[in-house]
Amino acid sequence: MQNKFEQYNKEVMKHFLKPKYSGKMKNPDVIGRIKNNMCGDIMEVYLKIDKKTNKIKDIKFQTMGCAAAIASSDVLCELAKGKTLQKAKKIDKKKILEKLRGLPSIKMHCSVLGEKTLKKAIEEYEKKIIS
Amino acid sequence: MKQIYLDNASTTKVDTKVVEAMIPYFSEKYGNASSQHLIGQEAKRGLEESRHTIAKSIKAKDDEIIFTSGGTESNNLVLKGLFFANEKKHIITTKIEHDSILNTCKWLEKQGAKITYLDVDKGGFVNPEDVENAIGSETLVVSIIHGNNELGTIQNIEKIGEICRAKEVYFHIDACQSYTKVPINVGKQDLDFVTLNSHKIHGPKGVGALYIKKGIKINPILHGGGHEFSLRGGTENISGIVGFAKAVKIIKNSNLKKINELRDKLINEILKIPNTKLNGPKDNRLCNNINISFGNIEGEAIGGYLDAYGICSSTGSACSSHTMETSHVLKAIGLSDLEANTSIRLSLSKFNNEEEIDYVLKVLPKIVKKLRRMSPIK
Ligand SMILES: Cc1ncc(COP(=O)(O)O)c(C=O)c1O
Ligand code: FES
Repeated sequence: MQNKFEQYNKEVMKHFLKPKYSGKMKNPDVIGRIKNNMCGDIMEVYLKIDKKTNKIKDIKFQTMGCAAAIASSDVLCELAKGKTLQKAKKIDKKKILEKLRGLPSIKMHCSVLGEKTLKKAIEEYEKKIIS
Repeated sequence: MKQIYLDNASTTKVDTKVVEAMIPYFSEKYGNASSQHLIGQEAKRGLEESRHTIAKSIKAKDDEIIFTSGGTESNNLVLKGLFFANEKKHIITTKIEHDSILNTCKWLEKQGAKITYLDVDKGGFVNPEDVENAIGSETLVVSIIHGNNELGTIQNIEKIGEICRAKEVYFHIDACQSYTKVPINVGKQDLDFVTLNSHKIHGPKGVGALYIKKGIKINPILHGGGHEFSLRGGTENISGIVGFAKAVKIIKNSNLKKINELRDKLINEILKIPNTKLNGPKDNRLCNNINISFGNIEGEAIGGYLDAYGICSSTGSACSSHTMETSHVLKAIGLSDLEANTSIRLSLSKFNNEEEIDYVLKVLPKIVKKLRRMSPIK
């Protein structure tokens, strides 16, 4: 899924310039926060979870990062919304990249950021439920 | 969409007068300056007149100017050329140099050179005393960037030149950014070597020059047919050189004043946006440079939005570099990685106008607001 011209494609630009899921959420059930270890930038996702069905009712993100990180965050939220936690955990960078139709090779790690942040949020939530 | 070009520290638009001056050298005066015939001699005249223009602009003599393929080559030539022509092995430079100096120094370290990389203060200034203290008996040359490409910091080269003269070490400045913006006078400023290039001043890319003070011996790095006083082999890029000289000839001081005014307006208005900070100095700054950090949002993303509005900018953020490394210049003035990641650079030219600046000032606050709403750091 590398991008020959090492530029952002239209799909990436759409999610970067007009993200649907950006912003803060009031009283989320859980927050996942990850620092990008390549550049030091930060992503957070906020989840509201339906306790009966275990489905992600609502999801939002806040990211301090590059265009690729913002677009990956938005796509991650789009992919995760409505999914059960079980299914949402399986969202990986490959799925994010597919939906973005690729990123410049140097920006691959920004899609990993999305995958990791959601996984971390779900793990935190599961810990909370058990305890 | 009409583009507003505010990335003139990277490169500039070639002036149409420059293009016009170059054209005859492609299809009429296309000769090799080494040839005896008329067409060759026309090329030779173009070459030598250009050399005279460049020499005069820094108060040098004609035979002290070597044409090269640009700033990178001139920087390579002076450091490698000196190193291999001398016994002394110590080079003093700074932590805020262009990569063409830094990477040449790193390579020379592998060849046995000892390099001192001087610190700079918050504004990006080298302390002349540090230069003096770093000079030892093994020191060959002090190499300093005159006007910094990221911060616009203009160094006190008069003072540093004086020190180098007193201590009898060579003094080189990389003047790619400062040339024609800040006066350069090789005699008054005690300069032994000056790197110049053409594409930062509305001339063509791939052309530059190195001033070498008469009498100083260096080795060539491009061995060839005796061109450029046997210091740089290769048939001269006459059209490019003529364009370079034309670019110098048409510089007007009134343009610099206009750029400075537009620049100050941009800085003053942008700093009204909350949580913004000017990187680099207030005074002794190149008239066309702006570098500002916008707290809690990413420079690459700001640049992406600006681009969507037709505004060309640049950033020192790790996110936009090929190596994912924060700008070494921003680090050297004490910015944390995260702070450096929030910076953008806007650099103006004579082709910018008030209307463009007003447009930038209209859209930039909106972009910052939007990205801050998206940022988890408040
Ligand atoms: C300070 C400085 N030195 C050297 C260079 C390299 O010049 P060139 O691109 O002509 O090789 C540049 C610009 O690219 C520069 O800004
Ligand atoms: S967030 Fe820094 S490179 Fe993408």
